[in-house]
Amino acid sequence: MTTTSETKATTQVYRVYIKATPEAIWDAITKPEWTERYGYGSRSEFELRPGGAYRGITNEGMRLMGAPEVGVDGEVVEADPPRKLVQTFRMVMDPEMAAEGFTRLTYLIEEDKGGVTKLTVIHELEGAPRLAAVVGGAMEDQGAGGGWSWVLSGLKTVLETGKSMGVVGGNQG
Amino acid sequence: MNQGPIEIEMGPPISTVADWTELTCQRGSAATLTCDLIVTYPAPVTDDDPVFKALADRTRRFLLDRLLVDDGRTLTGLGSELEMTRFGVMKHLRVLESAGLVVSRRSGREKLHYLNPVPIRLIHDRWIDKYSERQVSALAKLKTELEETA
Repeated sequence: MTTTSETKATTQVYRVYIKATPEAIWDAITKPEWTERYGYGSRSEFELRPGGAYRGITNEGMRLMGAPEVGVDGEVVEADPPRKLVQTFRMVMDPEMAAEGFTRLTYLIEEDKGGVTKLTVIHELEGAPRLAAVVGGAMEDQGAGGGWSWVLSGLKTVLETGKSMGVVGGNQG
Repeated sequence: MNQGPIEIEMGPPISTVADWTELTCQRGSAATLTCDLIVTYPAPVTDDDPVFKALADRTRRFLLDRLLVDDGRTLTGLGSELEMTRFGVMKHLRVLESAGLVVSRRSGREKLHYLNPVPIRLIHDRWIDKYSERQVSALAKLKTELEETA
């Protein structure tokens, strides 16, 4: 192990390049009919204004495994379509993660060259080590999904090919 | 989908490379294309190249390993564990950044470097489908466990 004076970062940063317009990516993040097709397959409901509510509605497969209807909740901090979305994010499916409280999540969508758009996800996870492990992909073996890199890989696939890679809790399509 | 059994005509057994080359090279132009052993890709090679190139270096893998343990570090912090000039570390980080494996962000006066595992995930997802994933991860886990106890 290393001895370093730097404090251990609690922020995770992910980036993916997608052959799609910024508008298409914005829709894929904010519209339930898109969000149910990749990653955890939950339907994201956003009130896209500062202070508006955010809810991640679990899919049927997850509910069969005992998950509540609302898996994730939070609040919109900033919505600037199709460039920037800032929200708070709390996983309420698991009591331990719910107790960790709200984390801050930022999506940055920037146009790149040749019809490619750069999507950067910044997840500030201070005080939420358990959620950090899940979104970091450390609990994939336990069926908790592969976290952000897996979610973004699925998002890229669904936008570029129109096909779903499969989501947690079955419900493929 | 299923249109009954597919019949395969079996020729003489192929036992050596010479046999195989002879056999494939006899068959029309499509097969002879690859007989000079130069593989022609049917589609343009995608942007995996920079990722593999970036990973094909021990120092750069070391930097990624450091970030995996302790993410969001400065150039100075990362360089302190390497016997290398600041410029050398910077060069390696630049290669990692252009391959998308490292993403840097400004935080006040500091530039912090973060490990971005997405390009590796994309390579993973391209070759390992969701059906074989369980077996592969079970094997990877077994290897880790065996090596830890060895």
